[in-house]
Amino acid sequence: MLPSERVHREHRQRGAASPEAPFALVAKDRGSLVLAAVDTRALAQGLAPGLTLADARARLPELVAVSDDPVADLALLEWLADGCDRYSPMVMVVPPQGIVIDITGCTHPYGGEPGMVDVILTRIVRLGLTALPALADTPDAALALARHQLAEVDDLPVTVLAVPEATHLALRRAGLKRIGDVARQHRPALAARFGADMVMLLARLLGDIDVHVTPRRSPAVVAATQRFAAPLAQVDAALAVIEALAVRAGMALAVRAEGGRRFEVALFRSDGHVANLAVDTAAPVRDPGILIRLLRERIGALSDPLDPGFGYDMIRLEVPVVAPLADTQLQLEGGTLADGEIGALVDRLATRLGRGRVRRLVPGDSHIPEQAAFDLAFADIGSTPWPAPADGEPPERPIHLFDPPQPIDVIAEVPDGPPRRFRWRRRLHEVARHEGPERIAAEWWRRADGAGLTRDYYRVEDGDGRRFWLFRHGLYGSEKAMPGWYLHGLFA
Amino acid sequence: MSRPTSLAPALAAMAAIARPEPLADAGLHFGFGCADVDVRLGGGLVPAALHEVFAAGEGDEPAAAGFALLLALRGARPGPVIWLREDKARMNGRPYGLGLADLGFDPARLLLVQAPDTLAVLRAGADAVACAAVATVIIEPWGKATALDLTATRRLALAAARSGVTTLLLRTGDPPPSAASSRWQVAAATSAALLANAPGMPAFDVTLLRHRGGIAGFSTRLEWDRDRRAFGTALPGVAPAVAAQRTRAPRASPARRRVA
Repeated sequence: MLPSERVHREHRQRGAASPEAPFALVAKDRGSLVLAAVDTRALAQGLAPGLTLADARARLPELVAVSDDPVADLALLEWLADGCDRYSPMVMVVPPQGIVIDITGCTHPYGGEPGMVDVILTRIVRLGLTALPALADTPDAALALARHQLAEVDDLPVTVLAVPEATHLALRRAGLKRIGDVARQHRPALAARFGADMVMLLARLLGDIDVHVTPRRSPAVVAATQRFAAPLAQVDAALAVIEALAVRAGMALAVRAEGGRRFEVALFRSDGHVANLAVDTAAPVRDPGILIRLLRERIGALSDPLDPGFGYDMIRLEVPVVAPLADTQLQLEGGTLADGEIGALVDRLATRLGRGRVRRLVPGDSHIPEQAAFDLAFADIGSTPWPAPADGEPPERPIHLFDPPQPIDVIAEVPDGPPRRFRWRRRLHEVARHEGPERIAAEWWRRADGAGLTRDYYRVEDGDGRRFWLFRHGLYGSEKAMPGWYLHGLFA
Repeated sequence: MSRPTSLAPALAAMAAIARPEPLADAGLHFGFGCADVDVRLGGGLVPAALHEVFAAGEGDEPAAAGFALLLALRGARPGPVIWLREDKARMNGRPYGLGLADLGFDPARLLLVQAPDTLAVLRAGADAVACAAVATVIIEPWGKATALDLTATRRLALAAARSGVTTLLLRTGDPPPSAASSRWQVAAATSAALLANAPGMPAFDVTLLRHRGGIAGFSTRLEWDRDRRAFGTALPGVAPAVAAQRTRAPRASPARRRVA
C-alpha cells in the first residue's frame, strides 16, 4: 500500500484533495504501461499490480494513472525508519515495503510487546499510512508473518521460503504445504531431498540459527536521551534540553577519560520527522558550553531553519567518535589554554563556514611550484618545517600563486629570451627588471611517456614596481615550436 | 524622582560604547623597525587596535597584502595569524607558503579562513578578533564591501581593544569613513635593482592617510629587509618620509565626532 499512500500523502502535503477516483501507479515495462501498485479502491474493483494499463482501463474506465516512483517510495521508507529510531537502535529497512525493528529489551516503556505494537501502529496510522505488524523471533519470520497476516510461523505456507520453483513443486508433491509440516521433518532428510539452501532458509525462519538485524547505523559510544510527556515546541527550549544532555554525555565521557570528536543530535518530531544535527571538533571536547555554542552555529548555518512544527517529543545526543582526553589543569598550563582557545575558534568557524574553509599551509615534497605548498583543511595536518630562505636573497617565490596559471601574451626580444612586455587582464606591463630563467623540468619520472614540458621561470618587475612570476611553457625549438607564456604568481 | 532601574543596564552599555578604546602605552607599540617612520608614529602602531591597509590602485593588491603580512610579522604578540579572505579574493591567487617563507613569515603560523561573502567574512572576523590567543587578524573583504561601514569597523576596533588582537583590514577602492586607528595606503614601488638588473627586496610606497592619535600623514618608500625582519628606507634617490600631499580635502572623521 506504501506507493499509493505516498501519493495520497503528497497530495495532502500540497494542500490538494486526494484523487476521488481509484488510481494506480504505472511503470513502463518492455514498451507497455503496467500497473506497479494500486490503491485500496482499485484493489476492491479487482485490479492488481502486473495488469497492463490498457486492460485496467477497460475494466475500470475512471482509473487515474500516476507514474511510479520507486526512489520516492524508498525515501519515504527511510524517513519512516529514521522515526523508528526512537523505539530501538536496531532498525533495518527491507525494501520495498518492510521495516524490521529489533525490540529485544526495548518494550518496557510501553508495557510489553502488544503495547509497543499499539504505539507504533497509532503513529503510523496518524501519518496516513497502513502498517501490517507482526512479532516473531527472527526477522525473516516477522516479515513473512506480516506479509501473510498470520500469527504462527507454523501456519505460513511453504512459499515464503525463497527457493527455486522446482523445489516448491517437489514440496507440494510431497504434501508439505505449511512451514509446520516441514519443520516436523528430519532435517538431514530434507536437505538430501530438497537441497541444503532450503534447510538453511528454514533454520533462519525458525530461529535455529541466530539471525541479527543489521542496523542502519552503528550504536554510538556515548548517548543520552530525553523523552517528553508533551511535545516541546520551541527551539530554545530544545537547546536547553540538549545542554542538559551534553552535561550527561560529558560526565559519561569524563569517566572514560575521553572527549568527543563528533556529536550528533537527533530531534524526533511528534509527527515522525527526525531532524539531525552534527558537529565535528578539531580536538576532543566534553565541555557542554563549547558544544552548545557549536550547535548554535550549526543551527544558524542551516539552509532550511529548524522547524519544530507540532513539537519534539524526544531528543537524543550521541557521541559516535571519541578520542582520549585527560583532565587538564588549565591555570597551570597556559599553553594548553591558548591552544584550547584557538581550537574552539577553529571549531566555531569550521562549523559555521564548513570544514574545508579553515585551512593551513603545508609544504609539499615537490619542485613543481603548485605542488610544493598546499593549503589543507585544518583537521588533517601534521607540522612539517618550511625551508628557510637564504640570507641576502630577495624572495624567489610569490606570495600569491595562481592555480591554474593564467595564460598571458608576451613579447620577448628573442623566442627563448626574457620577456620584454606582457599583457595580463587587458593591461600592458613593460618589464623594467627581470631575473631568470629558473628552469624547472617536468616530473618525467612520474609520467608514463617520460616527457613533459620544461618551464622557464622569470621574476619580473614592471615600470610601476609590480612584481610578477612568469614562465614560458616548453623549451623553444626542442620541445615546442611556439611555447606559451603564463603568469603564475604575484610578489609583494 | 529616581531613574527607572530598567534603564541602567542600557545606559551602562551606551557609556561603554561611548568610551574611546584605551590607548596602550608607548612601550607596547610595534614599530616598523626603521627609526625614521617610528619617530613620526611616536614609537609605532598600537597593537590592540584596528588598522586599515588600502591598495592604492588596481594591481597593488599583492603589495597591500604583503605589507599587511609584514605588519603582522612585526607585531610582537605570540600566537597564530588568521587571514580571513572572501572567496572572490582567489581571483588574485591563493596564498603561497613558500613565498611567505621567503618574506621571513612562518607559514605554519598562518590560519587561512575562506568565507563566501562579506558578511560571513565580518562575522568570522568578529569571532577571531574576540579570541585573545590570536596574535593578528587580517580581514580581506572583496571589492567595495559596503557592509564594512562605520559601525562595523567600530565594532572591530572595540573588540580589538578588548582582546588585544592586532586587527588589519585589507581593502581596495576609496577609503570610506571608518573607526580604524590608522589608515595606510600601499602601492608597489620599484625595488632597488640587484646584480644584472634583477628585482630586489620588496618595496612599497606607503602613505599614512589618517591616524587617530592626530599624527600628520606622510608618505615614504619602504623596503623590506628580510634578514633584519624590519622595514628600511634605504632606497637610493628617495627622500625619506615626506609629508603626504592629500589628494582629497582632509575629512573630519565622523567617528571621532561621534565619540567625542
